[in-house]
Amino acid sequence: MSVVFDEKINQTLGDERLQLAIYTATARLMDKRKHALEGDNLPEYQELRDCAKALKKHTIDNLDHYLEQLESNVVAHGGKVVFCSDAAEVSDFVLKLAKERGARLIVKSKSMTTEEIDLNERLEHHNLEAVETDLGEYILQLAHERPYHIVAPALHKTRYQVADLFEEKLGVPNETVIEKQTMIARRVLREKFLAADIGISGANFLIADSGAVVLVENEGNARLSTSAPKIHIAVAGIEKLIPRARDLAVFLKLLGRSATGQPLTVYTSFLSGPRRGEEIDGPGEFYLVLLDNGRTKLLQDPGKRESLYCIRCGACLNHCPVYRKIGGHSFPWVYSGPIGAIITPQFMGLNHEPGLPFASSLCGACAEVCPVKIDIPKILLELRADITAAKERSGEGGMERMAFRAFAWIMRHPKVYEMAGRVASLLAPASSSGWLRKVPAIMNIPPVRAWLSQRDLPAPPQQSFRQQWRTRVPRTDSR
Amino acid sequence: MSRELILDKVRRALGRTKGQPPPPLPPARICVPQTDVESRVACMLAKVEALAGKTFLAATLAEAAAYTASVVNGRDAVASNAPFLRECGVTALPGVRTGVTDRLALRELCATCAVGITSADYALADTGTLVMLSSGREARMISLLPPTHIAIVPRERILSGLDELLSVLPLPAEQTSSMVLITGPSRTADIEQILVRGVHGPGEIHVVVV
Repeated sequence: MSVVFDEKINQTLGDERLQLAIYTATARLMDKRKHALEGDNLPEYQELRDCAKALKKHTIDNLDHYLEQLESNVVAHGGKVVFCSDAAEVSDFVLKLAKERGARLIVKSKSMTTEEIDLNERLEHHNLEAVETDLGEYILQLAHERPYHIVAPALHKTRYQVADLFEEKLGVPNETVIEKQTMIARRVLREKFLAADIGISGANFLIADSGAVVLVENEGNARLSTSAPKIHIAVAGIEKLIPRARDLAVFLKLLGRSATGQPLTVYTSFLSGPRRGEEIDGPGEFYLVLLDNGRTKLLQDPGKRESLYCIRCGACLNHCPVYRKIGGHSFPWVYSGPIGAIITPQFMGLNHEPGLPFASSLCGACAEVCPVKIDIPKILLELRADITAAKERSGEGGMERMAFRAFAWIMRHPKVYEMAGRVASLLAPASSSGWLRKVPAIMNIPPVRAWLSQRDLPAPPQQSFRQQWRTRVPRTDSR
Repeated sequence: MSRELILDKVRRALGRTKGQPPPPLPPARICVPQTDVESRVACMLAKVEALAGKTFLAATLAEAAAYTASVVNGRDAVASNAPFLRECGVTALPGVRTGVTDRLALRELCATCAVGITSADYALADTGTLVMLSSGREARMISLLPPTHIAIVPRERILSGLDELLSVLPLPAEQTSSMVLITGPSRTADIEQILVRGVHGPGEIHVVVV
């Protein structure tokens, strides 16, 4: 585990206010999800999950076919498709288009994919103003922070922090009433929407048979970003595909309920190409940016490929006992929680934060709530094996390996095992409570010390199980 | 070109060749329940109310227009070009502007009006959803920019739910560049999980079923 990861975790654990904020927000989201799925609210839930997984598997296993189908349908509806390998290619494309069209102001609706490639910073670097318009994302942009949670990006901010932030950055009076804060943001952002030259959105789904982008939201900022400016650019990872518009009957029912407990979010937009013929409003130009940025690397491993099935509902974060303690900013990349723990090493490389796949109790709550049934604990274990294998190849971890080899040898030799047990109980310090609260001298080496600093060992018993077994009184009844 | 590069990487990773057809797709899962129009109407109204929307069941076109007039209440309003609104007499109400076909002119009008009045192409009873297809009759901005949105829907356009919509309209992109499902008033809970309505879209929504 890196020092930074460790430090951020300790900071979060030590911050009582933050602990409460994470706990209440995730608890509320869990409750809402539970209510939306229980009883008669969605009896076909498990069947929908199986359908969703089968559809995602089929699409990802034949991704090139569906990408080409998507592309030809976008073009048929008058849009353009731009394939980009990495962050630089996306920003180069947007910058070039902005320059050609004389654009200065860009409005953005919430998109994890553009967070992933730091698009705002790249555009601002070239004097383009890119404004986040989702309320939570807007707050974070003003605060120069990244999202704390996939669906509730600013869950760690209090109304008082927002009041100070708005006062400092927007020059408005310090306002701590949440309704009024929301109206301040509405007013400021409404002007941006009406003045913007380009709107950039992400995509919750890409529909191959329609050449369409589907956006799911509650505020209306995605509708405004994609409809008010003259140009709409949607930026999406290539894995966002589903084959048919009709498959939304499966995915939309799962997404809203898993994320916020809503059967449908307030707005679901199904967008394909620029405005047509008689249509009065909507953008005159439509671009779909399809981003690789490491996704094709991830496709190569059939065992972990299902990491790409994720529909970003955030349920695994809410239900993760680790996320609920260490929060979103402890994670080393924009994707946090269990899904972040499996995709970060695969996108960024195993060495980006080698401690990440180990920061899990493997309790399995994430897999249980995942609407597309990604087996996150299995993938975490595979990543652990990969990291350990890489260490071995680079000659690291020799001591650990030796220790486990010795352990394995002892476990395979019952006599030695018994002997070791006796030695351990002889060497153990006396304990009246039945627990060893201090680290015994013989075990006082760094890894053991770190482990025991948070835990007590049970004191070795007078007699081992084997000894008790040998001297047991045999049962006399003959059932 | 990144296009060929990416598609090539995808094919190599998956062990596929260019142009190789995929195996048969799992069938679409569409289940349309049998419901009668009365129960759809009742369900629609109940769901909209549950989302803090307001509802009105109008027996006649004139009743729909009268209800609309009472909501508009002398304020500035913009109505879409849907023929059904004209049939209702809504477009002739005082203070209601309609017939705008220019993109910028409409946007400016919507940005200043207190009320936007539309019909809806469909409605979904089981979620209380309005389905709006962008066209020469219905613009995107009218249901989005004004703080209050009134939608007047003939009851036969109420479908049972999403599955029926997708069976009636399996390829929405063939009809329009934009299909939007509207389920209740615009809302956010981004600050301390406190629900606030009307953040970017309308905070007040009225669904009138005729």
